[in-house]
Amino acid sequence: MFDVSQIRKDFPILEEKIYGKPLVYLDNGATTQRPLTVVDKMTEYYLRYNSNVHRGVHYLSNKCTDANEEAREIVRKFIGAASAEEIIFTRGTTESINLVAHSFGEAFIHEGDEIVVTEMEHHANIVPWQMLCERKKAVLKVVPFNDKGELDMEAFGKLMNERVKLVGVAYVSNVLGTVNPVKQIIDAAHVFGAYVLVDGAQAIQHIPVDMQALDCDFFAFSGHKIYGPTGVGVLYGKKSLLEQMPPWQGGGEMIKEVRFEKTTYNELPFKFEAGTPDFIGVIGLGEALEYVNRIGREEIARYEHELLGYAMEQIRAIPGIILYGDAAEKSSVISFGIEGIHPFDLGTLLDKMGIAIRTGQLCAEPVMQHFGVNAMARASLAMYNTREEIDVFCAGLKKIEQIFKM
Amino acid sequence: MTIKEIQDQIVEEFSMYDDWMDKYAYLIEIGNGLEAMDEAHKTEDNLIKGCQSRVWFHAELKDGKLYFEADSDAIITKGIAGLLIRVFSGQAPHDIVNANLDFIDTIGLTQHLSPTRSNGLLSMVKQIKYYALAYEGK
Ligand SMILES: Cc1ncc(COP(=O)(O)O)c(C=O)c1O
Repeated sequence: MFDVSQIRKDFPILEEKIYGKPLVYLDNGATTQRPLTVVDKMTEYYLRYNSNVHRGVHYLSNKCTDANEEAREIVRKFIGAASAEEIIFTRGTTESINLVAHSFGEAFIHEGDEIVVTEMEHHANIVPWQMLCERKKAVLKVVPFNDKGELDMEAFGKLMNERVKLVGVAYVSNVLGTVNPVKQIIDAAHVFGAYVLVDGAQAIQHIPVDMQALDCDFFAFSGHKIYGPTGVGVLYGKKSLLEQMPPWQGGGEMIKEVRFEKTTYNELPFKFEAGTPDFIGVIGLGEALEYVNRIGREEIARYEHELLGYAMEQIRAIPGIILYGDAAEKSSVISFGIEGIHPFDLGTLLDKMGIAIRTGQLCAEPVMQHFGVNAMARASLAMYNTREEIDVFCAGLKKIEQIFKM
Repeated sequence: MTIKEIQDQIVEEFSMYDDWMDKYAYLIEIGNGLEAMDEAHKTEDNLIKGCQSRVWFHAELKDGKLYFEADSDAIITKGIAGLLIRVFSGQAPHDIVNANLDFIDTIGLTQHLSPTRSNGLLSMVKQIKYYALAYEGK
């Protein structure tokens, strides 16, 4: 049974008072909070087992190495990858995408090739491709979205051709909350021989994913958005593809033999993990995913869907509300404005009531341009948010309206 | 009035409010009451970087005194700009360069308007001081 009041007890920060008021944390799209079990696990490893991985002969090093590899197996199962060799630990979604842009880009992208992204991508899924296109004289194409925040699939179809080598798409938009039809995109792209990278940063914590069912070629996500630590993330890549890709960064761990004449590289996944990794972060991420498993991903998705429905209903009733993103398939992200009030003012005043939201360009300037605004306010939900918090949030918005009317 | 005298006056006004809501309502009032900025002065050059909202500051030297105009699309930011204008507009560049800004702390807005935040308070003060430095000794 999904019991939100029980879950909240696992997150000590939710008890905090901000300016003397109970914290209402609605900035989960930026980062989620961590449950005690994740922090405890990391503390335990820092205090009792800390030792560098994959290189020690001694007990502690083996202990950390095992835990690091167990975490890789947890991730593998969590996303349904075929093998643990397909799981590469990175610093986060951004680094995962940059790894692909460099390594896949180096081997697979040539002059005149095309890369397709969507208008609703986070900058992390735009800029690395722009940089790649510049290096390789390739061309970046953009799939537009409609005013509800849904991708124009007809336009996508028209953009596809044999020159397209890679499609980069967010599973869930960090601004619009739209759940994109990634399966349809992946299948269509494959028909043209194009590979697909799914930016799962805003999906992994809300939607059960399975690499076998999706059949995407790459999948990226960040630990800190799924109740895990900062500074650690995952790149999933199909083994056959990863094997054809050159290493990105060189250094320790990623090598097999180093000779000044010629160095040979380690096996997957270590080929892509140069240097000492954040192994305690990795262990923390494993624990976070186990925590999510214990609660149940289907249960989380059901609860969040219901909470989102309630939140949308309540927020629609606010006078002067402007909603950005009203797609039929929507996940836990609500971007909005209020007529005549700058999002920055909204965020500042909500903050004084203990309510944390995000304001600004949300790392997605093309989405701002689409709607002709300089900034938006964004409330984003996690499994520990409640209807009561939505009520406090909406009451806060109404209060701000009043301050502005004074 | 000197910069110090104006600051004391602001401190006194804000001391009437102990609720943050009232303080912000007052800031909003200041923002709403701020004299409209000459549209011609809303240039890219006058745009202050590092704020979440857009803020323009324009300075002009007349008879040895600096006069400021400002605007922002966020009203709280505009209110803060209004406070700064009230303190600094019409003052000599030399006095602006040497002015101390403790009043922001005293009126109890530091907690909320911490200079490291995105409200641009620090950027605005920097810009004002920068103008003053540029005009000092002219
Ligand atoms: C859709 C999306 N992609 C990528 C990122 C970047 O994630 P990170 O900063 O953890 O690398 C984010 C985070 O905001 C995101 O929401």
